[in-house]
Amino acid sequence: MEKLFQKISLSSATLVLVLLLGIFTTLFISAKPAVEAFGLQFITDQRWNQEIPLIESSDTVIEDSDDAIIADEDDEDMILDEDDEEDAATKTVFGGLVPIIGTLLSTLIALLFAMPIAMGIAVFLAEIASKNISKFVGMAIELLAAIPSIIFGMWGLYYFAPLIADTFGGYQVSLLTAGLVLGVMILPFMAAVTRDSMNTTPDVLKESAYALGATKFEVVKDIIFPYSKTGIIGSIILALGRALGETMAVAFLIGAVYSLPDKITDPTISIPVAMAVNFGEASGLGESALFYLGLILFVMSFAVISFAKFYFLKRGNA
Amino acid sequence: MRLQINKLFLALSILSALIGLGFLGWILVTLFIKGVSSLHFTLFLNDLVDGGLRNLIVGQLVLALLAALIGIPLGMIAGIYIREYGHGKYANLIRDLSDIMVSAPSIVIGAFVYSFAVAPFGGANGFAGIIALSIMMIPIIINTTDSMLSLVPKELREAGMALGASKYRVILDVVIKAAKVGIMTGVLLAFARIAGETAPLLFTSETSNYFNLDLTESFPSLTVSIYNLANEPEKSSRDLAWAASFILTVMVLLINLAGRYLTRNKK
Amino acid sequence: MPVMKIKNFSFTYAGVEAPSLKNITLPIEKNQITALIGPSGCGKSTLLRSMNRIHDLYPGNKYDGKINLLDLETGKYNNILAIKKENEFIQLRQQVGMIFQKPTPFPMSIFDNVAYGLKIAGIKNKTELSDRVEASLKGSALWKEVHDRLGKSAMGLSGGQQQRLCIARAVAVKPEVLLFDEPTSALDPISTGAIEELIVELKKDVSIAIVTHNMQQASRISDYTAFMYLGDLIEYDKTENIFLNPKEKRTEDYITGRFG
Repeated sequence: MEKLFQKISLSSATLVLVLLLGIFTTLFISAKPAVEAFGLQFITDQRWNQEIPLIESSDTVIEDSDDAIIADEDDEDMILDEDDEEDAATKTVFGGLVPIIGTLLSTLIALLFAMPIAMGIAVFLAEIASKNISKFVGMAIELLAAIPSIIFGMWGLYYFAPLIADTFGGYQVSLLTAGLVLGVMILPFMAAVTRDSMNTTPDVLKESAYALGATKFEVVKDIIFPYSKTGIIGSIILALGRALGETMAVAFLIGAVYSLPDKITDPTISIPVAMAVNFGEASGLGESALFYLGLILFVMSFAVISFAKFYFLKRGNA
Repeated sequence: MRLQINKLFLALSILSALIGLGFLGWILVTLFIKGVSSLHFTLFLNDLVDGGLRNLIVGQLVLALLAALIGIPLGMIAGIYIREYGHGKYANLIRDLSDIMVSAPSIVIGAFVYSFAVAPFGGANGFAGIIALSIMMIPIIINTTDSMLSLVPKELREAGMALGASKYRVILDVVIKAAKVGIMTGVLLAFARIAGETAPLLFTSETSNYFNLDLTESFPSLTVSIYNLANEPEKSSRDLAWAASFILTVMVLLINLAGRYLTRNKK
Repeated sequence: MPVMKIKNFSFTYAGVEAPSLKNITLPIEKNQITALIGPSGCGKSTLLRSMNRIHDLYPGNKYDGKINLLDLETGKYNNILAIKKENEFIQLRQQVGMIFQKPTPFPMSIFDNVAYGLKIAGIKNKTELSDRVEASLKGSALWKEVHDRLGKSAMGLSGGQQQRLCIARAVAVKPEVLLFDEPTSALDPISTGAIEELIVELKKDVSIAIVTHNMQQASRISDYTAFMYLGDLIEYDKTENIFLNPKEKRTEDYITGRFG
């Protein structure tokens, strides 16, 4: 019995490893046709689902990428057309630049928006509020974190985005509104982890700074921040890793347009949204290109999260 | 001067807390107003095809429950392994990987499941959705189990072993019982999280307008249908999406609060 | 002449019914060392932590009575329990410094640790800063050990060195009173000896109150001793009287190790 139980528990644990390797391999195999067709240039190519004549070299064609293709139901016809015209000496080009840039920019906006507020909340919870208030506000912040992301999307699209668009101009669906809603979404997570890091500062260390006549601001700036610096940086990067892969909150707001934004208030697309919106209609090379994007996203978030975890948030495992 | 800076700092910090609370309030109030005004008891009696939500609510719960049925035991046993049996590098590797998996993009997990559980079988099916959700759940349960077991004092294990019980009996009878409340909380929080997921279901089980419990076909999902309904032009669809969002949030937050209530009582 | 006069002082922690300190009246003599002794839970640390009102970091505690602190410039006594404003708190804590049970080096360099109190007090002049840091480190018998690595992190010092650094940091702002809360309980005997020597040395410039659970320590270094029990001050006298000729039975029982 003992042996059996040990075996079962070992295999369950190994499942994690198998799943991770499985995800990686599966994504790679499914992405392979696109990887072979476009290579690493995929990352720098901003054309998505564009037909070009076979004869000309792909670098010289299509400078008019401004009339980007809006991804919606109509794509189905195009893909059919493409299949029909297979012998008309054209090929379809997929490039990942737009969704990659969109992912990075929306995450950056989210980070810039959420970071100061999250720091403020964390300081409030850890240092300013009385125990009861801190408990209550902390609970509320954690509830905010528990709200499903699709709700953030709905609220963002119908209530938050109109307000932002009225204030800053531009479209309601845009890089800016998507980034800000994403920021609201990662805010509670970032605040909670930052508060936990700050709480590791020993009370007696804070007391000895107060005992020298330091103000609260000075204690936070000179004692708590330096003491919990690595934890705080780690939690920010961890929140960044989560934001990279967020789908639903962004899907409602970013516009799902394959064009690079000229202004922050222009619509564009991110990798998760490209997958969410186009997966259903995609087939063949298009589907493979989406898997390629998924692979890039997976590698990106894996790298960011493990960097945060192992470089900054090393915890005692024993 | 120092005092002014300090005051400004305190004010900014309190302001941040108010902003955070403000967002929570704004979202909840919006949901409540829009949700309640579109809510009607017939929504619980009809399926989506007749303008109701019954099949979606049932479908979402069935998906989440079945995923939990897979994810909880697997996650717990794996968590037991890394805390109780694992030694050194391998257990630490699994712990770290599962830590990373918790934050992995859910849409990628959906795509992963699609390629082996949807594409080969020619279409969306409930099984695929369950697999995707359980993959989301396993690492969360592993982490909870791991950290809750770490809180159980070593002496308790030794006392059990000293009575002549075998290790697995001590783990199951003593250690798990001692960590029960914490693990239950973690399980409920994990359940609340996957019950509100959309992205892993988008191309695995998709959704269905009809009442369906056949897991080999596309399976009704509240979250996926909210996404579809919200993007439709008619106001009636959007109202339905708001009602569904309200129900979803109430469900998720109640489960979440129930989990927190457990540990709060214990303390 | 007492530098601090505690009068009919009572203290109640937030959320607790019963007071932790009851009607304490006690002087802290100028340029002398006053030891607070008693079994754990007697309130000696609570009393010490009232003397710079560090309790106020956690809201809801209740004070009664008076703690009068001598202002060395005017020669007047001010009741520190009347303090309400932030700037008065800051001033109080610059006048009444504190050393804790465990060494509390800040996460910064050795120099910055000692200079910290001076910097927040508004001293910006580089030469003045380094002069006072050097003087404090010399005064804490640490200068020889650290003068060549002032820029290094204070975390690299040994426990005893860290505690002397904390004393140097507290001394640098030139307080009137220094409060020691079991300053050697986390240290080995040799480091303890060094700290005790230092404390005796310091009383030339500053008045000292020290909480200790170690009676030998109290008898070795203090001039006055207060014995406390369950929130009451049982006996206060010259140290030699307390240890050789106590008036109260409970004091004698404690000194001779019959309880506590």
